Amino acid sequence: MSPRALLRAKYILHDSSLRSKSRGLNKMITTEQHIDEKLIPILETVSDPEIPVLSIMDMGVVRSAVLENDIVKIQITPTYSGCPAMDVIGDDIKKALKEVGYNSEIELILAPAWTTDWITTRGRKALEDYGIAAPLDAEADKEVLLGDKRIVKCTNCGSTNTRLVSQFGSTACKAQFQCEDCQEPFDYFKCLK
Amino acid sequence: MKNENLYKYILGIADNSLILGQRMGELCGHGPSLETDIACTNISLDLFGQVRSYYQYAAKITGDGRTEDDIAMLRKEREYVNVLLVEQPNRDFAYTIGRQFLFDVYHYMFLAQLQKSHDVTLSAIAAKCIKEVSYHKRFSSDWIKRLGDGTQESRAKMQDAINGLWTYTDELFHMTDADTAMIKEGISVDVSTLKENYYQQVKSILEEAILEVPESKWFQKGGKQGIHTEHLGYLLSDLQYMQRTYPNMEW
Repeated sequence: MSPRALLRAKYILHDSSLRSKSRGLNKMITTEQHIDEKLIPILETVSDPEIPVLSIMDMGVVRSAVLENDIVKIQITPTYSGCPAMDVIGDDIKKALKEVGYNSEIELILAPAWTTDWITTRGRKALEDYGIAAPLDAEADKEVLLGDKRIVKCTNCGSTNTRLVSQFGSTACKAQFQCEDCQEPFDYFKCLK
Repeated sequence: MKNENLYKYILGIADNSLILGQRMGELCGHGPSLETDIACTNISLDLFGQVRSYYQYAAKITGDGRTEDDIAMLRKEREYVNVLLVEQPNRDFAYTIGRQFLFDVYHYMFLAQLQKSHDVTLSAIAAKCIKEVSYHKRFSSDWIKRLGDGTQESRAKMQDAINGLWTYTDELFHMTDADTAMIKEGISVDVSTLKENYYQQVKSILEEAILEVPESKWFQKGGKQGIHTEHLGYLLSDLQYMQRTYPNMEW
């Protein structure tokens, strides 16, 4: 595979809904991204304004990006309905494309609804490095947020001896935790499926 | 308007989220602790986000150039069709949690059904919202248990709030004319069918919280027809202040 094709495959492979679709489990909606390969490096320079280490590509919010008659048409989907970052993300995409000579149109789409499964492995690592614990799967998340299990690792010392402080954190997508060993307070990116 | 019933149906869903979102937003900077303050405003933000999706769709249906902001900000009290439950004030934290809990249980069940709507936009919005509402429900249920099964004082306050709000629950399951009209087209949810399951779920959590399930059979209604409690007018004067004072202002 060419490096570009590899890059494209990378985004698709992390889409677990798509993997389940290939097994015939999810026939209702397609979760495939349609992204023109030459636009990928440009879109990767745009980051989530609230989590600057995470590019919108690693976040999985760009669902399609195609060049039509010299205009780049982009579809983005919100992480949460009330996410105030979406307007800024739209503006930042337009700006980044304009800088390399493209005009663009941004469309906000709701279906299929965004899921934390769309965050790439690189994105999860960027979250952890930034001090935000990456989302667990839905079942584990439930146990964690109900206080049944301690699975969320401290982003500072790696201990699993952590406690939930609040189900809602600094933004709608996060919960607040504290490490019982090193006492570090940190955010946990809630699982959304 | 061609699709008047659909327009009214959407407002019936969206107004609940707008008014409840405004109530939760009132706690910004006034929550009992930093964590609960942030949680309440996060819930508010989710609800406002959901409302925008509904109102944008409703505005498109009118076909007369109306915007989401016009629908949210420029109607009169009698034109809002939210249920009475969501407009009840934040008397204390127990009331805030009680109101949220009694609505969340309904909201989750409602969205689960709305996902099956033949209207693709409504079904997409529902699929998006239900993920967020599952966290609201978890948050409010946990607090019901924590306050109910807490100290003598927290339990008394929580019981008082549930008793006070109980009279507004039955209205959630009343069908409006728009509801009935939209059922024929496979668009709306027959809310009357959710009632039994709702009271079962509410009862089971109240029992877990060692709270008594109110026995009163007298229920208030009117919100869905635009007849509100005195609290809505005050809420709207706050909500609409900027648009009324500086018409067409933008951020």
